[in-house]
Amino acid sequence: MSETAAEREVILETKALEKRFGGVSAIAGVDFALRRGELRCLIGPNGAGKSTFFKMLTAQIRPSSGSILFDGRDISRAHPHEISRLGIGIKNQVPDVYDGITVDENLWLAARFRHGARAARAKVDETLARLELGGIRGQVLGQLAHGQRQWVEFGMVMALEPEVILLDEPTAGMSIEETNRTAALIREVNRTTTIVVVEHDMQFIRQIADIVTVFHQGRILAEDTMARIQANRDVREVYLGTSGLA
Amino acid sequence: MVHGILAMQHPSERPKWWWWVFVAGLAAFFITMPFHLEIFVILEMSRFFGMAMLALSMGFLWGFSGILSFGQTAFFGLGGYGFTVLALNTGETTGSVFFAVALGAAGAGILGYFMIYGRISEIYLSVITLVFTLILEKGIRATSGDQYVIGKVRLNGQNGIPTVPQLDVPWNTSVQLDINWFFWVGAVVMILVYIGLRLLLTTPFGRVLVGIRENERRTELLGYDTRRYKLGAFMLAGGVAGLGGAFYAISIPLAHPEMFSLGRAADVIMWVLVGGKGTLIGPIAGVFAIEHFKGWLGTQGVGQVTLVLGAVLILFVLVFQRGLVPSIGSLPGLWQDRAAIGRRLGEAAAQARRPVRRRGQARRGSGA
Repeated sequence: MSETAAEREVILETKALEKRFGGVSAIAGVDFALRRGELRCLIGPNGAGKSTFFKMLTAQIRPSSGSILFDGRDISRAHPHEISRLGIGIKNQVPDVYDGITVDENLWLAARFRHGARAARAKVDETLARLELGGIRGQVLGQLAHGQRQWVEFGMVMALEPEVILLDEPTAGMSIEETNRTAALIREVNRTTTIVVVEHDMQFIRQIADIVTVFHQGRILAEDTMARIQANRDVREVYLGTSGLA
Repeated sequence: MVHGILAMQHPSERPKWWWWVFVAGLAAFFITMPFHLEIFVILEMSRFFGMAMLALSMGFLWGFSGILSFGQTAFFGLGGYGFTVLALNTGETTGSVFFAVALGAAGAGILGYFMIYGRISEIYLSVITLVFTLILEKGIRATSGDQYVIGKVRLNGQNGIPTVPQLDVPWNTSVQLDINWFFWVGAVVMILVYIGLRLLLTTPFGRVLVGIRENERRTELLGYDTRRYKLGAFMLAGGVAGLGGAFYAISIPLAHPEMFSLGRAADVIMWVLVGGKGTLIGPIAGVFAIEHFKGWLGTQGVGQVTLVLGAVLILFVLVFQRGLVPSIGSLPGLWQDRAAIGRRLGEAAAQARRPVRRRGQARRGSGA
């Protein structure tokens, strides 16, 4: 499987990417390459730079130096709204949704960006059905449970039909059942879309990952299959004292 | 129904039939006024329509796109002066009203472009708009000399321009509208602005604006260039404020630096806060309630009108946080809850009265 993946073209790439906040390097020279159709997981201790990396990929944070290439095009100076137009969708770590309006309207705003009026309606219905959220479509999002809000955000990203989806901790605050459903959903979406997931839940990563990239202190420490990552001495050292990898 | 009109929970939904009934009722309410009210009341209320348009511009911008422009009065004043100067020069009033709208929108466009595309944070935007209106006020106040003339109109500095022309009939410009007709035109224009803004919220443009209010970052990440939407809303609000300015200047009749002033700028905030932010009928109600209250206070010999008004504002911010209109709007909800609570109590009582057969539980059951 990894051989065929290796033959596919690189869709998202960073070269010597750096982000300094004052004297601190949150991202200190990351060379990262993602191939079309991959389901990549990013792991690493808190403060390793995973979320900063995601924010740089989506122009929410400007890199200090280095470049980001999407489909061969440099996007390191792009605006956030151009990122979605190019075909990158992101679910941020903190649910980034419209809490004051209905589930339906949340999804419509996403769908309407890509589609005409009628197609957007159909897309909302399709997304609601796919996420089994039809029963709560009329409810104001802020009143829903955390897991449901996460799904709505996932649905919004799906409705954009991006080529690459970035998911920052998609299962945070979910029950085991919800986590399993999310894993199934991610696998299903991955059939047509390239996905990168940041997660702390190792059980979840074992369920979904092809290749795992380990971040540590703003650098890539290791990149391999989950089995080999778990056997990697450096990685074990970084995680020593924390649960999960052992 | 009441809730839908007054609290406006789902602005993206098309208004239902009863909203149109409400609007028709509102129109009828205003249109019949000159028939049963005295002329000085009509004169006083004519002033409110221009103010209500100013309040609507703020209510729309602040309530639905989250932009707090503390200096909406800048565009209000521009509209008032723009109308007056052009109408006095050309002798034509209908076109001058449109010019007032355009001037308000253009002023907002220029200022808004630098603020919004410069990615200035919300609080600085509020401060800059306020400073902008104060600069305009100072500027206009300094035009008392003979050299400050536009066309054949002297700007008159502190004193303002007292010769604001009355509106005339668009198809027969030799006939001026009398007091009643001006009242009707003001009411109808205000209601049309209200309807227009309400319907705008159901369009993709309006829905994206509400999205920006809720979460601008998310809206950007969905792909919308939020700067364009915000600038659009800012210019629209500027145009509406300019329209209000023209009507206000005609109603007094005076184009005065006071239109740009800090006091007036604060009035707008108060109208919207007291009437109800996040609604469109709230700002209108706020104008009529507060301005009428102000007038009444003036006749009561309180002396400290401003002080009393300040207390009222504090009361509203503390007690009716959502404003007058949404608070009234949620009363029927409370009433329904009350009915539901009553029903539940009744059921419990019925349950308690039911004879309980099981031995030893009878007493406890009836006591429940």
